Amino acid sequence: MKVIELKMTVTDSNDRDAEALRRELSERGIFLVNLMSAPGSGKTTLLARTVKDLAGTVSIGVLEADIASDVDAVRMAELGAESVQVHTDGMCHMDAGMTRAGLEGMEGAGFEIAFLENVGNLICPAEFDTGAHRNVMLLSLPEGDDKPLKYPLMFQRSDALVITKMDAAPYFDFDLEAVKRRASALNPNIRIFPVSAKTGEGMAEWEAWLLSERENDRNA
Amino acid sequence: MHELGIVKHVIKTLREVAEENSVTRIGSVTLEVGEVSGVITEQLVDCWNYFRERDELVRGAPLYIETLEAVTFCTACEKTYRTVDHGRICPFCGSGETYLLRGNEFCIKQIEAETAQEPAREE
Repeated sequence: MKVIELKMTVTDSNDRDAEALRRELSERGIFLVNLMSAPGSGKTTLLARTVKDLAGTVSIGVLEADIASDVDAVRMAELGAESVQVHTDGMCHMDAGMTRAGLEGMEGAGFEIAFLENVGNLICPAEFDTGAHRNVMLLSLPEGDDKPLKYPLMFQRSDALVITKMDAAPYFDFDLEAVKRRASALNPNIRIFPVSAKTGEGMAEWEAWLLSERENDRNA
Repeated sequence: MHELGIVKHVIKTLREVAEENSVTRIGSVTLEVGEVSGVITEQLVDCWNYFRERDELVRGAPLYIETLEAVTFCTACEKTYRTVDHGRICPFCGSGETYLLRGNEFCIKQIEAETAQEPAREE
């Protein structure tokens, strides 16, 4: 028996899979956006509104990851977005292999933007590269302004932070400026979009960012 | 649940390493785990013990875990302190402007392995 020194991070093999998937999707003209948040922060509602607003501008596919059930995929299909439900069978996050399998399950794959709705969880999904071109975190207003302090990795790994349910602002003591300050301290490059999918507030800015990020990558 | 996924990733990585190095059997695996990596080592070992009996490559191999101390740096007073004792608030000056220097590592440090070139020896 001999000793082999490895010094590999546990996510090394996933990182390689993710890099390969990202390149492949770019070649196929698919821009993959990984949406991460706690359960109930409004990922599906934000997506539903985005799909509706961008209908006719870009074609959108949605990969719904959950531990069980297909309620989200059914809701997306009703809106006319191509969608597929991935069950993680108890796993708390999506990795690059599961994302690839999910995308392969989408018929036609003729869409230009694909959203991965990750498992509702602020911890594990931040640790695994899914192969997405951008990572987006959602924080809903009722969750509170202290979340950057509690889940720093999620804020560090995200390119954009969408603050949802802004229409509920009158009912909660949520300090938007404090969140901006705390998130920017963890990640100076993070873009922050306060929105309400219900009233439409801030949606145009978020959607414009999505489209321009996709353009940037296509021209890169 | 998290530990289950991590063990699956470890085994996948080990399979790739085994292929690259013509390893036929793995005798033990040593991990380095930071104190604040978020991994519960007892659960990790439980999951490992479950999977190792179902995979020829690592059958019976013990999992050794070396814990690495977590250290936080304070940008206000430029001192370092043990993260587990004081969290995010600097014990010297009370500032919250701190960041983790180390302690969230999770890596496969080394394995003991039998390779195809070097036949197994009874010890």
